[in-house]
Amino acid sequence: MPYTKRRRLVSSAVAVALGATALAACGSSSDDGETQAGPVSLTYWTWAPGMDKVVDLWNEGPGKKERITVTVKKQASGDTLVTKILTAHKAGKAPDLVQAEYQALPTLVSNDALADIADSVEDAKGEFAEGVWQQTTLGTDAVYAVPQDIGPMMFYYREDLFKEYGLSVPATWEEFAETARKLKKAAPDKDLTTFSANDSGLFAGLAQQAGARWWTTSGDKWKVGINDDATRKVAEFWGGLVEEGAVDNQPMYTPAWNKALNTGKQIAWVSAVWAPGTLTTAAPDTKGKWAMAPLPQWNEGESSTGSWGGSSTAVTTDSGHKEAAAKFAAWLNTDADALNALAKESGIYPASTSAQLSGAFAGPPEYFSNQPDFYEKAAGIAKTTAPSAWGPNVNVAYTTFKDAFGAAAKNKSDFTAALDTMQQDTVADLKKQGFGVAE
Amino acid sequence: MKSPARRTSYGVKGAPYAHPSPTALERARSAPYFFLIPASLLFLLFFALPIGYAVWLSFRKVRVSGLGLGAGAREEVWAGLENYTGALSDSELLGGALRVLGYGCIVVPVMLGLALLFALMLDSEKVRLTPFTRLAIFLPYAIPGVVAALLWGFLYLPDVSPFHFVLDRLGLPQPDLLDGGPLYLALSNIAVWGGTGFNMIVIYTALRAIPAEVYEAARLDGATPLQIALRIKIPMVAPSLVLTFFFSIIATLQVFNEPTTLKPLTNSVSTTWSPLMKVYQDAFGNGDIHAAAAQATLIALATLVLSFGFLRAANRRNKQEAAR
Repeated sequence: MPYTKRRRLVSSAVAVALGATALAACGSSSDDGETQAGPVSLTYWTWAPGMDKVVDLWNEGPGKKERITVTVKKQASGDTLVTKILTAHKAGKAPDLVQAEYQALPTLVSNDALADIADSVEDAKGEFAEGVWQQTTLGTDAVYAVPQDIGPMMFYYREDLFKEYGLSVPATWEEFAETARKLKKAAPDKDLTTFSANDSGLFAGLAQQAGARWWTTSGDKWKVGINDDATRKVAEFWGGLVEEGAVDNQPMYTPAWNKALNTGKQIAWVSAVWAPGTLTTAAPDTKGKWAMAPLPQWNEGESSTGSWGGSSTAVTTDSGHKEAAAKFAAWLNTDADALNALAKESGIYPASTSAQLSGAFAGPPEYFSNQPDFYEKAAGIAKTTAPSAWGPNVNVAYTTFKDAFGAAAKNKSDFTAALDTMQQDTVADLKKQGFGVAE
Repeated sequence: MKSPARRTSYGVKGAPYAHPSPTALERARSAPYFFLIPASLLFLLFFALPIGYAVWLSFRKVRVSGLGLGAGAREEVWAGLENYTGALSDSELLGGALRVLGYGCIVVPVMLGLALLFALMLDSEKVRLTPFTRLAIFLPYAIPGVVAALLWGFLYLPDVSPFHFVLDRLGLPQPDLLDGGPLYLALSNIAVWGGTGFNMIVIYTALRAIPAEVYEAARLDGATPLQIALRIKIPMVAPSLVLTFFFSIIATLQVFNEPTTLKPLTNSVSTTWSPLMKVYQDAFGNGDIHAAAAQATLIALATLVLSFGFLRAANRRNKQEAAR
């Protein structure tokens, strides 16, 4: 393990040192045999900040050589972009390339908006963890996207306050609950964390860690398992904590939440690898006081995590240059320089395993300067990501989650009832649309 | 433009206005239609056509077969009234309508009452600094709804609100304004704060248009300022009151900004809190434009019936009073 790590560091350092020369060399060596029938220009819809600068690297490097120019059109993130892509696709005018969250891929594929690029990106497969790659194939032989960033989940806590209150970092969820209660006893006006119902991705990730499979197929029918035993366990756990008042029930990402983190009213956060960025803006005064640990486990000795966030680069069926677009998508997400630039300009955590410890990730994020092995730990945790199972109407499930769990958290009522609502609404929506649904 | 002599000077070259040729006459008759073309075109292109398209969409739906993966798994088919029956039997849409009704019952009377009161006060002779006061009351209207909702949202949030801080220091109870019944007050407050100024200006302008002789006559008859306000001013600005009421009903039915902006701050506002939020969610969150189109059509119809129904009732009353 240490050997491979060092080797990675060395190779990445070499790559950084060689810089643009290495990049140009790569471009010429691999694609000499292929000739393009003239200059190609591609449009790319993405919400990643600074993506235009990363794309400039392509346009001035390998893209120039192959006469493939990519233009970035900045978009709003998440669900609204899915709708926008689908609307554009209806008119036959979707852009060549789009950024898409993993859970949106089935929706896009079921609308026939994404092209199968298996032939063009097969070589890239080895760059990614199996669980990540599997999300872009939807369990078929096709490949609908190239993974870009991932969001393995972790446990963040205030190191100093944990010491002050005599708390230890929970290794299991049982210990997590005990820690919450212990803190409540020691400091009644503080909370370990909050159960927030305004980001469905968090709950989906927690369920994924517990082994939930929300959408599976059998024959030509979808099977929805949102209220399966694993998810039920997660819902009961958090519902219990909220009901007894061991954790707060207010949403995150509000000014009040920022203040709670910044003043130490909430002393931990179940989050993902991108948390340093959020904490930098939400809790600037507590820089250097936080630490990261693996997510608590359901059974002692296990090591598994869920993912919260992450996206991929896909080629649409409307593109007239699918092969060129796929080539760019593969470059963007596997090339060392591109990934370095992505980390620097867009602040993403790469899905490519070789990039997870190189370049920008060789040292800890500035906010976590007290934890020098931050990204080494993160890369180790990323390897333990449980497989996920997305379906064609994740958006509906996510909306129902926000409303049903929002109300349940507010009223401190039964979370499993909210989970059943989520299951029923999701199944009802599939049936209404005409999908085959297995009971 | 009053004397024929001047008119001729504007006449067509060589053809005096007094003796127009038949073709010129025809041209003159068709001129109004010619001038109407731009407006009608714009109306058709940007109003009638999109509405027609929305209505058409509302009668269609997408049907998926099997797993719905791959090409040809989806087709748009005729849905008949399915989307409409779906919308009418949707408890969330109905719930949203009821919530908005409750919200409107607070907003409309309070906002118009305050607007009328401020307009009357500004119009009375004893008030100083009228221009400044008028501007100060009107100013919130110039602030975009989203910004206003954000501002108030910060003030409402218990942990960051200065009000809560003061109440806490004084040892007084601190109500959670983003929950249950107080939520309606909190939302209404944003609308009242933002809308009172506009309505006040409308009423105030009407007040300024009342001829001074009327007041003079009233004063000679021994009317007090209060009597003048109640017996003369208010009846005379009744048409503006009707107009502002009409605007307020429409704005209430279409409430979207305030609850949408407050939604991330609290668990109490759902994604489908108001009917328009439900439409937005279905169209852009769930990607079902057909259901959204049907709901939008229903909301437009309800708005039309309610607002024009009110206008008609108001007109009938006016006519009855005029006949008396």
